[in-house]
Amino acid sequence: MTNIPETGRSPRVQIRLVVIQVLVISLLGTLGGRLWYLQIREGDQYAKEASGNHVQQVVQPAVRGSILDARGVPLADNETRLVVSASRTDLLKMKDDGRAVLTKLAGVLGMDAEEVLRKVRLCDAETPQPCWNGSPYQPIPITDEATAKQALQIRERAEDFPGITAEPQALRRYPSPGKANTAQVLGYLSPVTDEEITKAQDTSSPYLRSDMVGRSGLERQYDKQLRGKAGVTRYEVDNLGRVIGEAEADPAEPGANLVTSIDSRVQRIAEYELNEAMKEARKQHDHNTNRNYEADSGAVVVMEARTGRVVAMASNPTYDPNAWVGGISAKDYAALTGKKSNYPLLNRAIQGQSAPGSIFKVIPTAAAIKAGYSFEGPYNCSSSYSIGGQVFKNFESQNHGPISLGRALEVSCDTVFYALSHEEWKRDGGNKPKKDAADWFYKTAHQFGLGAETGIDLPNEVTGRVPDRQWKLDYWTANKDAWCKYGKKDGTYAEKIAYENCLEGNRLRAGDSVNYSIGQGDTLVTPIQMATIYAALANGGTLYDPTVGKAVISPDGKTVTEIEPQPHGKLPMTKKTLSQIDEALEGVATRGTAAWRFGGWPQDEIPMHAKTGTAEVHGKQTTSWFATYTKDYSIVMTISQGGTGSGASGPAVRNIYNALYGVSEDGGIDKKKALLPTPQKNLPKVRTDGTITSPKISKDAAKDRATPSPDAQATTPQGDPADPQQTGTVPSPENTNRDTRRRERRRGGGGPRRGDGHPRRRARHRCGRSGARRTTS
Amino acid sequence: MTGGVNSFQVSGYGPERAGWTRVFARDSLARRLDWPILFSALALSLLGSLLVYSATRNRTELNQGDPYYFLVRHWLNTGIGLAMMIGVLWLGHRALRTAVPLLYGASVFLILLVLTPLGSTINGAHSWIKLPGGFSLQPSEFVKITIILGMAMLLAARVDAGDKPYPDHRTVLQALGLAVVPMLIVMLMPDLGSVMVMVIIVLGVLLASGASNRWTFGLLGAGAIGAVTVWQLGILDEYQINRFAAFANPELDPAGVGYNTNQARIAIGSGGLTGSGLFQGSQTTGQFVPEQQTDFVFTVAGEELGFVGGALIIGLLGIILWRACRIARDTTDLYGTTVAAGIVAWFAFQAFENIGMTLGIMPVTGLPLPFVSYGGSSMFAVWLAVGLLQSIRIQRPMSA
Repeated sequence: MTNIPETGRSPRVQIRLVVIQVLVISLLGTLGGRLWYLQIREGDQYAKEASGNHVQQVVQPAVRGSILDARGVPLADNETRLVVSASRTDLLKMKDDGRAVLTKLAGVLGMDAEEVLRKVRLCDAETPQPCWNGSPYQPIPITDEATAKQALQIRERAEDFPGITAEPQALRRYPSPGKANTAQVLGYLSPVTDEEITKAQDTSSPYLRSDMVGRSGLERQYDKQLRGKAGVTRYEVDNLGRVIGEAEADPAEPGANLVTSIDSRVQRIAEYELNEAMKEARKQHDHNTNRNYEADSGAVVVMEARTGRVVAMASNPTYDPNAWVGGISAKDYAALTGKKSNYPLLNRAIQGQSAPGSIFKVIPTAAAIKAGYSFEGPYNCSSSYSIGGQVFKNFESQNHGPISLGRALEVSCDTVFYALSHEEWKRDGGNKPKKDAADWFYKTAHQFGLGAETGIDLPNEVTGRVPDRQWKLDYWTANKDAWCKYGKKDGTYAEKIAYENCLEGNRLRAGDSVNYSIGQGDTLVTPIQMATIYAALANGGTLYDPTVGKAVISPDGKTVTEIEPQPHGKLPMTKKTLSQIDEALEGVATRGTAAWRFGGWPQDEIPMHAKTGTAEVHGKQTTSWFATYTKDYSIVMTISQGGTGSGASGPAVRNIYNALYGVSEDGGIDKKKALLPTPQKNLPKVRTDGTITSPKISKDAAKDRATPSPDAQATTPQGDPADPQQTGTVPSPENTNRDTRRRERRRGGGGPRRGDGHPRRRARHRCGRSGARRTTS
Repeated sequence: MTGGVNSFQVSGYGPERAGWTRVFARDSLARRLDWPILFSALALSLLGSLLVYSATRNRTELNQGDPYYFLVRHWLNTGIGLAMMIGVLWLGHRALRTAVPLLYGASVFLILLVLTPLGSTINGAHSWIKLPGGFSLQPSEFVKITIILGMAMLLAARVDAGDKPYPDHRTVLQALGLAVVPMLIVMLMPDLGSVMVMVIIVLGVLLASGASNRWTFGLLGAGAIGAVTVWQLGILDEYQINRFAAFANPELDPAGVGYNTNQARIAIGSGGLTGSGLFQGSQTTGQFVPEQQTDFVFTVAGEELGFVGGALIIGLLGIILWRACRIARDTTDLYGTTVAAGIVAWFAFQAFENIGMTLGIMPVTGLPLPFVSYGGSSMFAVWLAVGLLQSIRIQRPMSA
């Protein structure tokens, strides 16, 4: 039907057209397949990327909760400062990127215009400080020290300052109520690190770049509760970062308040008395070293005996926690952490460990009863005790004759415990220990909670050490190579000791057990451990996890989460033994080694129990220990290189008790003056508007009481100048442990056999003084 | 071959009828037109106008404060394109055959004009002529048509005359020479995307003309060697090398060269099955994808209309290409066949390259998506091509 001739229509062309058609279809099929892959299979992931593209967050930081003392007095709170910030997003919308506005702002704030401009630029690899490190959508703070007048100028002329805000913002403050500094217990904050942000990204409480994080003390332990939840507003933005809509806003939730069991008044007195005692000790002459005591560091713990709650905890030297607020300066940081600083950041109540000396003796007493010895004895308190060729002398070679264990505690007789410990050592097989050795003296120490953390709610507590067989072996395994290399049989003294250690340092030797029995040698304890033990003696034998936090109260006061005291063990003794030891420790306070410090104490009204300790530290002056308790409180104080237990720490502890109970020097009790005759039971009230009821704070709790040296009152603890001669003692446990070994003598010459762990450090001379040194006062 | 056939009247193909019956008569123009192609092309143009509107309504720096600026102009372009199609239909592709030398000469003159100071540069390609009234002309779009027409004329002349079954080598060489001249000029602009399209067109026309297979494979081999040479000699501009590098590894420099590719893929990927809704796309509203009303217009469809919208566009293009293939096969003269095949090669490759680059399976080049992308020259050229297809269709024998 066509009149067009069939030309050019060859099979070859037809086939080629089919080929073209197939190619076209496959191309379109490829597109369709790829489209399906991107949108359907991988669609979710791209949707996520897209939202990351166009949603930006602006963070409203949450106000950190306060840390309160037991009566509601704030130990850490926030102060409002006027912060002037610039919104980069707004500035960039201007023609000159906000230069004019920032220059004008600099004029109002009295700052250099260039400096202000530098502050709002974003940090990158090539931009040196000052620059902004946070999110570019976050308002960038220009200053946090604006005056009210400056803030008003900016706010009233808002049209002149587009993108600039002047708003009050909360900054951390440590007010030191009544001069109670509490630095190490409170801890401090510092900005969050990138690593922490990444780590906490998917948890319930992620960090924000602007967050401050608790780095030590309560600030760290209760960081999560105190921090609250930052408010986040999400903005939709375009490719230039211009806001095109507000997506959603989660309001900020302020952090909860932490109520502690600290009583700021008692805390102040504890800090003051510790500092006074150390100052006093530095005036005392040490006959052993022929110079004044250095008293380089110290700690005191006041604990509620029936709950383990910490009423006061002081560590000296100390520092001003406000140094950390708003970023610590390099100079301050060096002063707090440098080698010459004597490490004021350390909380020596939980991080300082040293040999306990005679306050340890309640443990061998309980161990002896467990091992089957009677409390009554009698045991011979001779002037010295010999093992083989060695002589271990009693304190000042005193001889009390046959006495009971109770009397041995009262007069702190070393030889009684030497004999008992040596006897047990022999029973356990002596130099060829039995496989199932009872090790009563060591087992008991573990049961008292030594060699382990007490579980206090403060970070980085140290464990101390019980130098038992296992530890000896572990320590020898770690050091034997060095010992064996260095040691020589007929070499110098140090070489001989190393040789000896190389041969038999893995074994518990007779001398070890003797030293250990009076809290010397390799034994290490922390003040908080001893406070926990003496509190347990007071409360009938329960070892509580010490706590500083008492309750967490929501910002509106409606939710109160109390932190209940948790026991972690029982003292390993019967009721009878407990009461016998209790009686003996009362004897220490009335007629024993501490009696001279408790002259005129109303013992009938407030039964006082005490134990003194003076631990030897090789190459250093003696450590003063004083452990005490009443039915409500236990107080333990220690002063490194401070002298004797009762001598250096005695008056300070007595003064703290005086303040707690309102006891005057002559023994009268004035209930009105008593700060805390019974532990604080009620929690302070947080009102629904967030305010807290708290009593009036006196200017200085220590000043309110009659103090022995009024001239010292002006000195706050942190104002105490660091003694340049002081060297770090407590920070390195290895340092002290080997040096606390009790010296011993050998009757027949022949050089000392007992080894020291560090031959190179060992510069020990043959015992210079006649007789064994006193270990106990 | 009969002379003097007026394609618009199609007289002589049936008895004279009157009124509606004439319109719907079996041999009437309305019955003989390829409606699927026309509808698909119109649908794509209208859809394109919406996508262009979505991409530009907030871009005040482009639309001079008038959100409908690009929408109206897209419609205007479509209308002009439609008129051009009718014009071609009225003239008839066979009548145009005589004018091919003239058209070819005019288009080559225009692209030469681009190289003079009259030309202007957009996105690194010096391929535009600025006209008064805010319009600009991209002559390389029209060169695509004149290459198809010119090659088809040369290749089909002897065959349609019945002298030879296939074009001989001499004719093929002449045809290639005709194509190479404008391609070299376009390469100088440099507009590599257009050159790539022209290469594919040449291949498509040669294939459909029935020329010896040696030509096809020889050209493919020469193309490969040429590409390597161009690369090695550094004739390409840095931006072109960067585009290829970014294609090979889009994560290489996500803020710079790979940015387009990444943002385009995020926009399309986030669309999912049904998209965020027309005018609701955050990537589009946030202007994260550059050149979104022209080369990257498919990303708007991908994000706001999802897989459904994207597949619709591909489907409509598929209908046009399918029908065009049918037209190429059904027509009786080699001239019509080669012209239709050239158009198929052109549309197919340009659509594949354009959509493929937004999907990350092809390197980024500046090629518009036929009918959908904003751009006058491109719109006119594709509608002219539709006119040619329709003309070939209505002049085929009825028995087919």
